[in-house]
Amino acid sequence: MAATLEVRNLQTHFFTRAGVVKAVDGVSFTVGRGKVMGLVGESGSGKTVTGFSIIGLVDAPGRVVGGEILFHGQNLAKLSEEEMRQLRGNRIAMIFQDPMMTLNPVLRVDTQMIETVLAHTKVSKEEARQRCRDALGMVGIPSPDERLKSYPHQFSGGMRQRVAIAIALLHRPELIIADEPTTALDVTIQGQILAEVQKLAANTGTSLIWITHDLSVVAGLADDLAVMYAGKVVEDGPVSEVLDKPMHPYTHGLIGSVPSRNRRGEPLRQIPGMTPSLLKLPPGCAFHSRCDRATPECTAPVELLELIPGRHARCIHPHLEEVAA
Amino acid sequence: MLAMSVIVFVGVYAIGDPVEILISPDADQIERERAIQALGLDLPLWQQYGTFLIRALQGDLGRSFVFNEPALQLILQKMPATLELAVGATFMAVLIGLPLGLYAGLKPDSAGSKAIMAGSILGFSLPTFWVGLMLIMVFAVQLGWLPSTGRGETAQFLGLQWSFLTRDGLAHLMMPAINLSLFKISLVIRLTRSGVRETMLMDYVKFARAKGLSPARVTYVHVFKNILIPVVTVVGLELGSTIAFSVVTESVFAWPGMGKLIIDSINVLDRPVIVAYLMIIVMMFIVINLVVDLLYSTLDPRVRLEGKS
Repeated sequence: MAATLEVRNLQTHFFTRAGVVKAVDGVSFTVGRGKVMGLVGESGSGKTVTGFSIIGLVDAPGRVVGGEILFHGQNLAKLSEEEMRQLRGNRIAMIFQDPMMTLNPVLRVDTQMIETVLAHTKVSKEEARQRCRDALGMVGIPSPDERLKSYPHQFSGGMRQRVAIAIALLHRPELIIADEPTTALDVTIQGQILAEVQKLAANTGTSLIWITHDLSVVAGLADDLAVMYAGKVVEDGPVSEVLDKPMHPYTHGLIGSVPSRNRRGEPLRQIPGMTPSLLKLPPGCAFHSRCDRATPECTAPVELLELIPGRHARCIHPHLEEVAA
Repeated sequence: MLAMSVIVFVGVYAIGDPVEILISPDADQIERERAIQALGLDLPLWQQYGTFLIRALQGDLGRSFVFNEPALQLILQKMPATLELAVGATFMAVLIGLPLGLYAGLKPDSAGSKAIMAGSILGFSLPTFWVGLMLIMVFAVQLGWLPSTGRGETAQFLGLQWSFLTRDGLAHLMMPAINLSLFKISLVIRLTRSGVRETMLMDYVKFARAKGLSPARVTYVHVFKNILIPVVTVVGLELGSTIAFSVVTESVFAWPGMGKLIIDSINVLDRPVIVAYLMIIVMMFIVINLVVDLLYSTLDPRVRLEGKS
């Protein structure tokens, strides 16, 4: 089966006055058709920039400086701005983090939806409106006709995110990049949106990249998981395996910091220290200064190694004993 | 309005006694008394104010001491001149300032926008009267393209005399309007630019781009509608203050508008005219603010009153 998206050694750097910030520095992953890929990492690890790089919306002073983004075999990094525009919102869509900010406050919802339809297909306005109505119905917005004539401020946060999802779904894209779409929402709404998205992805065969820092969200949603740290993928593999038996010490620490039924009563473990500045990354493994398994060899560059079939980790001292157990 | 009328009335009273200026020094005591009585200046202040208020409510703002004509009529005669000057200048400011500001905001690092920004600093800091004199020197004296003084021919419209309806009048209007608009152009440029730069960073602009909209649609629909709100506020206020205080430009170009009238009136302490003028200006500010508020509600749906839908 051909992959919908294959990212190979993606590098996106920001050329600031203080120096080059390597926000994304060697990210590789593959998203199969109809699969959900979870992209996990803490703030500043490069998850969002990875998403923007794929859809071609990295703004100056940032630039994709290396690597390939193969979308059905076509390298998106080489496309012109106009070719990219035709893909955006059409075959690749994106959902943003904060639903309060993603809709233009001075334009009616129908304006914002219909323009998306008309940007990619030549249909009459009436037909475009019909499509928007269907899309709103699909994401579970009651009385879509009335809602189309409303302004964004008349919607709640959850409803706005549904509208944003409906906009993303308008052209039945092959890939949706969801950048923490549930982070700003209540837990109850979060659950509804997750279930909704899962259903839609399954029904339409859409692939999803789900960017989040919430491991519990990906656990139930994703098929595959990539963990990012300081601009690099440090571990990837099928979601259940990675979460059950993390190999990279960072993933290990991340999972250890989440409350779990299996370790009831024990204090939660923490990862000591804090994320290094992207301007002054330590040599070699960026995590070694916070890692309890670090040795002097860790200051040498490490590649993403296939430690067991289907699972990669960027570490020379992985937690293999638990995997074997 | 009432509070303002009290302040103005007392303020003008405090400035000085018009009798000294109005009555020829060689008039004898009896003539003097008669003049003071005729003008109602012998009454105590509160009584003068009371009479003024009652008459004002009937639409009579008093008679000019100097011209012996109703003050209101005097001002209204001069109003079209100032009005067309101010509106012309504001119109120019929007027409030139918006596109330049938009460009400077979208391409903040290009040489063009740096030139625009440098120019806007000049527009801000050069004194109006000096620019006016320079304009006259270049375009009227040396090149002889445009006339430098007066309104030129006027045409009747809505019962008032307007310059902008005739070619000659328009040529006369040109220079003073440009002079007045320079500051406003700079203001609109800066306002638009900062608005654009701020809006471009918003998530909804990025989302609009993520929807695959053309750059033109993103700029002219998504960004533009958002920056219009502050621009409309400032342009509205500017229009009001230009109508009220275009004194300098009107003096430089000998433009027979309200600004010149009020300066002349202050010089001779023509109280009724000063008071009437200020009343009209306050009225106008109120109207302009009302219009701006109404415009808001069409531009920004969040301002609209709830319950209508």
